[in-house]
Formats: sequence, C-alpha cells, structure tokens
Amino acid sequence: MTAKYVLDRNKAVPALIGNPDDFLIVAGLAGPAKDIGHMTDKAFLFGGAMGGAVTAGLGLALAQPDKRVICVTGDGDLLMSLGSLATVGVMKPSNFSVVCVDNGLYQETGGQQSHTGHGIDLAQVASGCGFTVTRDISEESEIEEASGLLRQSNGPTFVLLRVDSTPSPKGVRNLQASETKTAFREHLLGHR
Amino acid sequence: MNDQPDWREQLYNLLREEDVSIFSYVPDAGHKYLIDRSTEDPEVHAVPLTTEEEGVSLAAGAHLGGKRAVLLMQSSGAGNCINMLSLIQHGRFPFLTFISMRGEYGEGNPWQFAMGQAVEPTMTAMGVQCLTAYTPEDVDAAAKAALTMAFGAEQSVAVLLSQRLLGAKRFDGR
Repeated sequence: MTAKYVLDRNKAVPALIGNPDDFLIVAGLAGPAKDIGHMTDKAFLFGGAMGGAVTAGLGLALAQPDKRVICVTGDGDLLMSLGSLATVGVMKPSNFSVVCVDNGLYQETGGQQSHTGHGIDLAQVASGCGFTVTRDISEESEIEEASGLLRQSNGPTFVLLRVDSTPSPKGVRNLQASETKTAFREHLLGHR
Repeated sequence: MNDQPDWREQLYNLLREEDVSIFSYVPDAGHKYLIDRSTEDPEVHAVPLTTEEEGVSLAAGAHLGGKRAVLLMQSSGAGNCINMLSLIQHGRFPFLTFISMRGEYGEGNPWQFAMGQAVEPTMTAMGVQCLTAYTPEDVDAAAKAALTMAFGAEQSVAVLLSQRLLGAKRFDGR
C-alpha cells in the first residue's frame, strides 16, 4: 500500500481543527506552528526545541483535565521524540490528542525526505504506543469524522494527517516564547 | 534508624506542600523513594519518561496549564536535556529538577565521570542554576531555596544530590 500525500495543509488543517477555541493548542516548530498561528493567537507555538511539542501538550493535558488539549506537530518533530508517544500511552490522558501534519519532508531545511516519506507509519507507532484512537487520513472525506473525534473521543487520540508539499501560510509570528507563554496563561488562568 | 524523618520523606512532603503535582522521572536508584511515593499518591501524576528531555517540555506544558512539575533524573540524563532547555531559558519558564549524581564522590564506574563532571558546566551554560546537597540537612535547605527560586522567581534550578549524600555503588565485585 502506498500512502497518499495529496491533501493541501492550508485546507486540511483548518478543516480538521475547526474552531480552535474548542481546544488548548500546542504546536510544534516550523510548519505546524505556522498553520496554527494563522488560525489563532491563543495557541502556544514552538519555534525551536525540536521534539518537545508532544510532552509539552501532555503536561498541559495533565494540568487541565477538563479541557480538550491538542498537540499539532510535524513528522520531523515527532520522529525526534517517538518515545514521547510511549509516555503519552502510559499516562493515557483522555482529553489529549496528537495531530501529526505529515508531509514526509523536512520542508524547513530544503525538502529532504523524512522517515515517514520513506514509509515509516506514525499512526501505527501511535497505536502500538497505546493511543486508544488512531486515524490515518489522506483524503478529504475522512477529515470530518476525525474532527469530531478530537472533540469527543476517550483518548489519547492520534490523527495522522498526510499532506502534500504545499508550504504553510506565510505570516509573522511572535517568536518570543516568554511573551506567548504569558499570553497563553493569562488567557487560560486569568493571571501571568 | 534514628528518630529523624528520613530526608527523602521530608523532601516529598515539602514538594507536595509547595503544590508540586507532576513528578516526571527516568528511573534511578537515588530517586527510588520519590518515584515510589509519587506513583502511590492519588493526588499527583507520576510520569515515567523514555528520555529526560521529555520532562523538560512536560514541565513547560504543566506551567502553561497552571501546575507545578519537577523532573527527577540521574546526572547522565542531564546531558539528554540540553537543547530542550532552550525552551525553558528562552521562554523563561520556571523549572526545577533534582539530579542524583554519579561520576563524583566515591564513584567506582569510570563510565560515569564524563557526564557527571559535566553536569554543572552544561546546566549552567543552559541557564540552569545548580545547588548541591551533600548532607540530609542540605537537601531540605536547598529544596526550599530552589522552590522559591523556580516557582517564586521563575528561575531554572537544579538540586544536585551528591553521592556523599546518596552513597556510591560498589564496582569492585565485593
């Protein structure tokens, strides 16, 4: 079976996430931070610290068990932190989802093929790591059901969203994490 | 055993009194008590990690959600955290870790010295301030100081638990 990388992330990510205010969102560096930063100013966006997005999302999910928490990250970030999927699988936070926007490429660094581009299947890895719900999406018709799962599933939930090499939207993000951290906390907690 | 409460129990109780509710760890003999206590405590999350750097970003995520986390690791694990600490330093997240030391006082395994001796310089280079405890009394004082620095002043702090405190393993076959 050959995986299809045909979806345009500029349409597929907003379609999957829907209203970002339904979630607390942490986004991994590069593409996913741009995708999510284009949709909302309330997410915490990584701009470095590659491999840290999933466990940051896990910490947030453990701290806020009554909110739905999503980590949106890329295949490169997730490949650097495969063990964090096992850590999520041990903790089994039912309110937590990982969305991997998988283009099979290291687009930021010149489009080198990533391990997923070589056929490594992160949805199967997540399933083996104890995610209770996993989806592998490569067609538009599959997005709506997964969008519902992000809101209602008894997770942890993993959605692999296979996209083509279309770049993320351009735009200027605030890369000062001390400021975005404070803004995130003020919005969620009412204090800095 | 004397009548004084063990420093390990005192430390756990202190962390709980100071609202630490997430304990992440890579197993280590020096942290056995804290790992066991946090695992048995229904009021906290004990999070086993596959590598120590997970605990760095986990602590940042917990802070985003308004909770306090600590990372328990051995000195070898400090090296696994280096780049992830850029999240802490650049984002000015509060960060508190307890590092059980190897590769120093009384160490018998030569493999442990490279990273053990590099803990303080590398942590310091990444903006993590190091406080070292050599005695049970030091632990309480250093932990209180570190809690104030981390969660009061939003600093990044490591409390190093020396093998003078923990005792060194024997590697001479006896």
